[in-house]
Amino acid sequence: MQSESHEQLHLRRSRISDRWFMAGVYGATGLFVAIVAGLFVELYAGSSSSIHAFGFKFLTSSHWNPVTNQFGALPMIYGTVVSSLIAIVLAGFVGVFGAAYLVEFAPRAVARPLAFLIELLAAVPSVIFGLWGLFILAPVLRAYVEPFLQAKFGFLPIFQGFIFGSSLFTAGIVLAIMIVPTVSAITRDVIAAVAREHREASMALGATRWETMARVILPGATTGIFGACVLALGRALGETIATTMVIGNKPAIAASLFQPAYTLASVIANEFTEATSDLYVSALIELGLLLFVVSLAVNGIARVLTWTVLRPAKAR
Amino acid sequence: MTVGARREPGFMVTALLVADKLTAYYGLHPAIADVSLGFFAKSVTAIIGPSGCGKSTLLRCLNRIHETVPGAWVQGRVLLDGGDTYSPDVSAASVRRRIGMVFQRANPFPTMSILDDVTSGLRYAGRARTHAEKLESAERVLQLAALWDEVKDKLEMPGMSLSGGQQQRLCIARALAIDPDVLLMDEPTSALDPLATAKIEDLIGVLSNDYTIAMVSHNMQQAARVSNYTAFMLAGADRIGRLVEFGETNQMFTRPQERQTEDYITGRFG
Amino acid sequence: MTTTRSQLPFGRRPLTAHMRWRYGWSAVGVIGSGFCAGLAASLLLLILGYVAIQGVAALNPAFLTHVPRPVGVPGAGVANGIVGTFIVVGIAVALATPVGVFTGIYLALFGRGRFAETVRFLADVLSGIPSIAIGLFAYTLFVQPFRHFSALSASLAFAILMLPLIIRTAEESIARVPTRVREGALALGISTYSSTIHIIVPAARAGIITGLLLAIARVTGETAPLLFTAFGSQFWELNPTNPMAVLALQVFTYAISPYEDWHRQAWAGAFLLIVAVLILNVSARLVLRNRFEA
Repeated sequence: MQSESHEQLHLRRSRISDRWFMAGVYGATGLFVAIVAGLFVELYAGSSSSIHAFGFKFLTSSHWNPVTNQFGALPMIYGTVVSSLIAIVLAGFVGVFGAAYLVEFAPRAVARPLAFLIELLAAVPSVIFGLWGLFILAPVLRAYVEPFLQAKFGFLPIFQGFIFGSSLFTAGIVLAIMIVPTVSAITRDVIAAVAREHREASMALGATRWETMARVILPGATTGIFGACVLALGRALGETIATTMVIGNKPAIAASLFQPAYTLASVIANEFTEATSDLYVSALIELGLLLFVVSLAVNGIARVLTWTVLRPAKAR
Repeated sequence: MTVGARREPGFMVTALLVADKLTAYYGLHPAIADVSLGFFAKSVTAIIGPSGCGKSTLLRCLNRIHETVPGAWVQGRVLLDGGDTYSPDVSAASVRRRIGMVFQRANPFPTMSILDDVTSGLRYAGRARTHAEKLESAERVLQLAALWDEVKDKLEMPGMSLSGGQQQRLCIARALAIDPDVLLMDEPTSALDPLATAKIEDLIGVLSNDYTIAMVSHNMQQAARVSNYTAFMLAGADRIGRLVEFGETNQMFTRPQERQTEDYITGRFG
Repeated sequence: MTTTRSQLPFGRRPLTAHMRWRYGWSAVGVIGSGFCAGLAASLLLLILGYVAIQGVAALNPAFLTHVPRPVGVPGAGVANGIVGTFIVVGIAVALATPVGVFTGIYLALFGRGRFAETVRFLADVLSGIPSIAIGLFAYTLFVQPFRHFSALSASLAFAILMLPLIIRTAEESIARVPTRVREGALALGISTYSSTIHIIVPAARAGIITGLLLAIARVTGETAPLLFTAFGSQFWELNPTNPMAVLALQVFTYAISPYEDWHRQAWAGAFLLIVAVLILNVSARLVLRNRFEA
């Protein structure tokens, strides 16, 4: 009888602790969803006065003048898009072929340390990329690389004009270095998944290693590689500190990549604490909202693209 | 299907554990439908049938472990000593403490020592708190499971360090530690070699003196060797498992009443 | 021609011009892609090398033990920023770990259907949201209403940044604990709470700790959201409701300043930062590797 009541007591207690536990589980999940929803709601609410004041002109006007309370984001949109495109072209090339090498061609003893180093590159804080870009890379680009490009390809408008160390070009290269690991990591998974299925069939037909890669594996992995690049592009679009340190921070649209520019994120970083009027703050928050919505879309697309390839391999 | 028409009408009263018109769903699809079956006290009942016939699902409904799979639910009743285990005022945990279970693959807890593992059911029920109490009950059930001599010197080693057969006996000991009335065994030897299988089968024979055992088996010879009663299940084209025949094992294997049973035990299907 | 070829052993047969061309291309492709991989990997060494050389040269005991001083005054340090980093990151860990691990438990054990898929999707997508946007959120939620910068608001931003990583690694490592272990616990009449917290989560702890370490590494170097949350400070500050110095922010401020002396301090701070982040990353790997050996 004694043990029976002990049993009853314990069952009741564990039923109560189970209830609290499940409340914790659902509560945490709900809180997480609420935070993501709250991000959008807060940013939208914070930018409402700017949205009311400028409407769509906010995206199409290139006048950014805090003194007259005129805010148009076009130069920043331009700077963000162009610097990210430079980055993804460079990082896409290096990342994809580097991944191909690591998965299919490299001996294990080479592949593992290289992959390790590239993964660690992703861990380097962006302020350190900025520091390195500002003091080491930018002077080199200004003294050697940019004059060289101007001399050889100066007929192209993108390489004309005065050469600044802090420029769209420098920002694009720093961003490229930062997103190479993202491209490489996901591309490696995708290539490995495709290679498992098709490599041996292709080699058995007498194709060389490179033919197998270029004609069979890479075409089969296109969707996933595209997803990897979109994801990396998302990182480049939202990168703040490194870009702010090397892009020159000038709200103007110039044809030349050697001119200073501005990005959405770096305007926020530079001007937020100095913003005096409520409309100014609101305009800056609207830039943040823009970044949020764009990266939401970009990441959503990237996830759909990479998942169609990687999901079957990872299915539990 | 006119299943059960030939069963003795009294089984519901005399059996210790009774499934009454049990239908188990995964989402919207029933895995087994309308199964009524009794398990008699201190006997071994084998549930046999081709894979996918729902024999494991039936077993998993008996101790309410089926409902822990997201989306899984049950219609019908399971009576233990006449009380409905699915009634709203009965907790699943209290049912599971009276109906122990052993799984297809041994499942020692990854981070626990042998001693902690075998007493885990007790400890989380607030019993066996001191080391002495743990040792005492561990020795009792490890002896019962014929494992004591092999592990008595390494009770602090992780359960995962044992061999497959030892792990399975550890899991049997663990189930016995909470002093259940019924022991459910879901193909307990399917992952073991013949020697370890023989040890488990011997153990089942010994345990049936004190416990009511329900065992799923994919191996008809094993069912014939160790069980007193046998239930045969089969899934139709609709992939829903149903009980075809239930009876004493001797009779089932020598004079099956149903054509389908005969086909199965003579190896004419699947 | 054909007869001579077939009389030679297979390996000695001369290659046709076409085959030679194909193998030549293959070699070019393999070497070219190897160059890409080497380039990407050497970038890390290049950056590490510069930071180490410049940073170690500028390091001295005062740098680690003193607070900042005006430009040119010797004996300046970033001790307040180091302590501030610990405080801001520590509070963020305390905020993010329970929410992240419990959400991971939900996804691994209880979640199904459209809602769970949505939560997973949100976690993936949140990991790609720029940190500066999350900093703005912390600002509108925690700074604007009080008209006061605070370390706490920075911790909030950091916690949100850490969540996706914690959630997904917790989910993955818990889901990898075999179902039969969970069912074994439930079958003994052990409550859902006890079986999850005392049996399943400990079995998955290596993965959970790895995720946590990586999340800490990620925010330790994070700077953007600090600009308008923690804001920075020249002084010793231990009260998290006040503005606080944080190492990464100090590195940024010093780097973009016009003073040579501050640039040196920026390199020294960057060196500390990169050492901390690399240690966290490497130990995260070690935790995982030990688990596989066990």
